Amino acid sequence: MNEPLVKVRGLKIGATVYPPGEKPHDIAIVHGVDFDLQKGQVLGLIGESGAGKSTIGLAAMAYGRGGVKITAGEVWVNGRDILKTSLKDIRALRGGEVTYVSQSAAASFNPAKQIMEQVIEAAVGHGKFSKSQAETRAIDLFAKLGLPDPENIGKRYPHQVSGGQLQRCMTALALCPEPDMVVFDEPTTALDVTTQIDVLAAIKEAIRDTGVAALYITHDLAVVAQISDHIMVLRHGEMVEYGDTGQIISAPKEDYTKALVSVRSIDHQEKPPGTDPVLSVTNITARYKGTKFDVLSDVSVDLYPGQTLAIVGESGSGKSTLARVITGLLPPREGQTNFAGQTLSDALAGRSRDELRELQMIYQMADVAMNPRQTVGTIIGRPLEFYFGLRGAEKKRRIRELLDAIEMGDGFIDRYPAELSGGQKQRVCIARSLAAKPKVIICDEVTSALDPLVADGILKLLLELQKAENVAYLFITHDLATVRAIADSIAVMYQGRVVRYGPKSKVLAPPFDDYTDLLLSSVPEMRLGWLEQVIANRKMESAGN
Amino acid sequence: MHPIVKLVAQRLALSTLLLLAASILIFVGTQILPGDVAQSILGQSATPENLANLRAELGLNEPAVSRYLSWLNDVLHGDLGTALTNGRDIGESIGYRLKNTLFLASCAAVISVPLAIFLGLLAVRYKDRWPDKMISAVTLTSISIPEFLIGYVLMYFIAVKLGWFSSVALVNDGMSFFEKLNAIALPVMVLTLVVLAHMMRMTRAAILNVMQSAYIETAELKGLSTFSVIARHAFPNAISPIVNVVMLNLAYLVVGVVVIEVVFVYPGMGQYLVDHVSKRDVPVVQACGIIFAAVYIGLNMVADIVSILANPRLRHPK
Repeated sequence: MNEPLVKVRGLKIGATVYPPGEKPHDIAIVHGVDFDLQKGQVLGLIGESGAGKSTIGLAAMAYGRGGVKITAGEVWVNGRDILKTSLKDIRALRGGEVTYVSQSAAASFNPAKQIMEQVIEAAVGHGKFSKSQAETRAIDLFAKLGLPDPENIGKRYPHQVSGGQLQRCMTALALCPEPDMVVFDEPTTALDVTTQIDVLAAIKEAIRDTGVAALYITHDLAVVAQISDHIMVLRHGEMVEYGDTGQIISAPKEDYTKALVSVRSIDHQEKPPGTDPVLSVTNITARYKGTKFDVLSDVSVDLYPGQTLAIVGESGSGKSTLARVITGLLPPREGQTNFAGQTLSDALAGRSRDELRELQMIYQMADVAMNPRQTVGTIIGRPLEFYFGLRGAEKKRRIRELLDAIEMGDGFIDRYPAELSGGQKQRVCIARSLAAKPKVIICDEVTSALDPLVADGILKLLLELQKAENVAYLFITHDLATVRAIADSIAVMYQGRVVRYGPKSKVLAPPFDDYTDLLLSSVPEMRLGWLEQVIANRKMESAGN
Repeated sequence: MHPIVKLVAQRLALSTLLLLAASILIFVGTQILPGDVAQSILGQSATPENLANLRAELGLNEPAVSRYLSWLNDVLHGDLGTALTNGRDIGESIGYRLKNTLFLASCAAVISVPLAIFLGLLAVRYKDRWPDKMISAVTLTSISIPEFLIGYVLMYFIAVKLGWFSSVALVNDGMSFFEKLNAIALPVMVLTLVVLAHMMRMTRAAILNVMQSAYIETAELKGLSTFSVIARHAFPNAISPIVNVVMLNLAYLVVGVVVIEVVFVYPGMGQYLVDHVSKRDVPVVQACGIIFAAVYIGLNMVADIVSILANPRLRHPK
């Protein structure tokens, strides 16, 4: 076997943390990881957040984010240990031999500069190409990556192209200097599923055509299965399992890998629609102030007591706007909202305190939805005081009950949000909304920011609470797997309209309308060759049309 | 119409309105000053008839609104009136002084603005290391010491001990450009020291703020040197706050340098204004006030417009 392109031995990475109320101290993030990467191969690094996968990816460029430091080990790239080489040599490596594609291209492009200037900067700066050569190469890459108008797209500014296009531009940026390896750090995670599939196919093709090696970092096993030759599963900074892709997804050895492969174990029986909806919106049309187009047009859906209605759609489809209309934050132009037999006032100011209490909300970002200077007890206790006037021992008892309901103990009462994990924070938000004894909870992408296993736990909790409290959920999400797990009925939204609506079994069964078909077929499946098959199917269909 | 044209037009219109409001304030302010112009011109021994005559001559008996309107009309036509104390045309006297003030201010600006920005970039490059701390310490010290003290200290060492420059900054029209530069070297040094800290610290803070962005990491991972990351990727995104503080300091250089003018006996606007305030020469005070207001509003308008132009989202809409 040839000398590998990248050889990592005993890599240990640490960081200094500054927890509130404690002295700063050093923690270990990665506890000794070994791997090899051959020329032209793709290695998938997979794990939950905090597993150290991005940190390892950046270590291949001798880079540590913030206070992150590589504490021990060797990282050999092209025959030298880059942890021992000079700063000048590291600069030659970064952007020359190894390049990086980040999760959010929108944030990773300098807003003040044209795309082309940024794409060719490394290639020109390292003296690999002249400016005009680099531009020609960039235009080739733009075309290869399927960007519209490759000749001119480089003249645009980052805000002038869409998120999916920008992610492809970032891939062009990484490939432009003809690197030996690219580190892809969750390159499709921030994209909609229908966009993800195109970007994924473009990246895969570009890797194949240029023969570049890659580290592909993601939390989504189904995605990494499409693109990598080998997979390394990481957890808490340690390697759990390493193997070729086929083995990992079809015959995982370790329990943790098995859990990752079989995630979404929830089996939820659909309930038949009742007779009296608890929440019903009729013919809602809404637009934001100062704009000239309707974000929602003629939306009508019903939600029955103790059931879950999932609103599915991509970003910009209007699903969160619908939540704003229902909660009264955005009065609609037309249509009305009926809640528990009453017509709700369009504006928030016209609603009674009981109406406010019975309609609660849980948000995507649990950490910003809580006051960081309040304890868990104060956060959960606030609605108890506000709506029920509870004080003292009575309040404390109820807080304990609620903590119990979200499977967290008394010990958390005096903890601050910063001391909780992502899943625990979301549980506290759930308890806070339950404290108001609502009839309906609007859940806006509540599991999107969480790791799959943690998200699974949250969904199970929500279903149990639904059974116990008979609360109805309006569940907004872009994730179809979540919908399958939790919904009783589904409304598919596209460009502000409901394109498909009905009980889950009907909505998710053929015949499909075009958009739902596109949406469903874009959800990555955990098997080899899925990506090629979908792309081939789509090409055939468009040829047939 | 390009949205940027609209935004810039809005700024222009707003600034004009603001200037109008400032003119009202200046006029009202000078009217409610205690004392009587006629009395102060004629002195304590004036007879009531003389006072009444002078008041009528100066138009002081007419209602304030009509006096304001006629003053505004004159100002808009470039006529700043005549000084009460010496009967000279204010426009002429101010023109000479204003030229001197602007000369001093622009010399100080040409040195201090690039220097402040460069020092700010340097402080970011060596953040929390000794160059950063030294730059902060020196600039903070210089801003904390009263400017007249710096003036006298520099005068003592540089002019008296070393004899490099003259200790008074007397300029006249007969001097060549370089003679003038030589004459104002000391006040320019003092002013530079006074305005440096503010601009340098804002540059540092604004760029450090931008340095948190993901695109800075992208630039670092391209293997660029730290200084080119700061200058090419961070600075263009920090222009807006920097320009704002630069313009405030430029405005200070024009309207706030009276102490320095007195220390170095420099014939600028500040001294002229103070002289005439003490003589209660209302037309001169009004004229100086409106010019200072125009400079202040104008420079801040420029800062706003630069901020608008520096925003790629506004410059290149979707």
